[in-house]
Amino acid sequence: MSDLSIEERVKRIIVNQLNVNEEQVVPTAHFLNDLGADSLDTVELVMAFEEEFKAELQGKEIPETDAEKLMTVGDINAYITSKM
Amino acid sequence: MQRSRLANSYKFLHFDRFVFPMKLTFENRIALVTGAGRGIGRAIAEHLAAEGAMVICVSKNADSCGAVADAINQSGGKAQALAVDVADKVAVAAACEALLTEHTCIDILVNNAGITKDNLLIRMSEEDWDLVLTTNLSSVFYWTKGLIRPMTKKRFGRIINISSVVGLIGNAGQANYAAAKAGLLGYTKTLAREFASRAITANVVAPGFTATDMTAGLSPEVMEMAKKTIPLGRMGEAADIARIVTYLASEESGYITGQVFSVDGGMVM
Ligand SMILES: NC(=O)c1ccc[n+]([C@@H]2O[C@H](COP(=O)([O-])OP(=O)(O)OC[C@H]3O[C@@H](n4cnc5c(N)ncnc54)[C@H](O)[C@@H]3O)[C@@H](O)[C@H]2O)c1
Repeated sequence: MSDLSIEERVKRIIVNQLNVNEEQVVPTAHFLNDLGADSLDTVELVMAFEEEFKAELQGKEIPETDAEKLMTVGDINAYITSKM
Repeated sequence: MQRSRLANSYKFLHFDRFVFPMKLTFENRIALVTGAGRGIGRAIAEHLAAEGAMVICVSKNADSCGAVADAINQSGGKAQALAVDVADKVAVAAACEALLTEHTCIDILVNNAGITKDNLLIRMSEEDWDLVLTTNLSSVFYWTKGLIRPMTKKRFGRIINISSVVGLIGNAGQANYAAAKAGLLGYTKTLAREFASRAITANVVAPGFTATDMTAGLSPEVMEMAKKTIPLGRMGEAADIARIVTYLASEESGYITGQVFSVDGGMVM
């Protein structure tokens, strides 16, 4: 849909959802420890990723068991890429 | 224009600020009420619709929720009927998914459906225990799970769970019902804490003896006995419950969460 890379789309969502600066959204950044997310934020992030990457995820939800492990920006990038 | 005229007519109250009569805000709100086919649930659905909410009326039986939705639509309100057995988790999950495809967000959830299967503990069967716990308590978990995500996204939500005076003080012959209704208190207070950061409120209304089909079967002697325990000396009406539920569902109640409201003529103080 867009010319943006996976990493850029992930970054855009995180900036919007967590109200953080782009510079903070580095691959090692941890949602809870570095980006000020609370546990509900992480649930909402996953929902936002599901929506943004509907095509890549074949319209499927990210299972809870996978979602639990997606704690850093890099985790998300790798996860979405692995599903393509 | 409208506002200033209203304000003028209220000036005689001599407040130092204008005080407007309470007209509750339900603009573009969608509510779902379980057990809306009759009794308290029906009254709640009608009151919410009268304030302007679109109401999805759920009951087990398509005829009863259909009749209520028709009556609301005919009187100028907006309603839809939805026949679902709230104790069937698969059916509830499917219903929630379909609803969210159609409406994106259900803003107000009123868990009112409930049953009794009374017996002294010694004679209470495991089936009756399970049925009452599933219908009156687990169902509330199923509906919340199914509808909460869009509420968190929207940063708005109202959840009102209908408990009972019996959940507060117990009642001989109702161990299953009392357990389920008391369970709702801890459940609702936890929701209130978990979702407060998303401006979703969760509250309990605990009716006392209310004149509905559920109590119509009681013998005149039991009714007389019951009335003696009610300081206000009469049974409640479904509308008594519906009015506070409507307030708790409105925009205006946004600073109230995790509370239990007894509407029981003073039985519990
Ligand atoms: N009437 C009272 O005195 C009283 C007192 C305290 C609490 N309550 C509570 O208020 C609520 C409403 O009571 P009421 O007196 O209006 O009851 P009611 O029996 O008149 O109506 C109950 C409604 O729930 C629906 N329902 C029951 N089981 C269902 C299921 N499995 N799936 C879908 N719908 C189902 C029925 O179809 C009906 O429309 C109940 O939770 C009840 O426990 C009632």
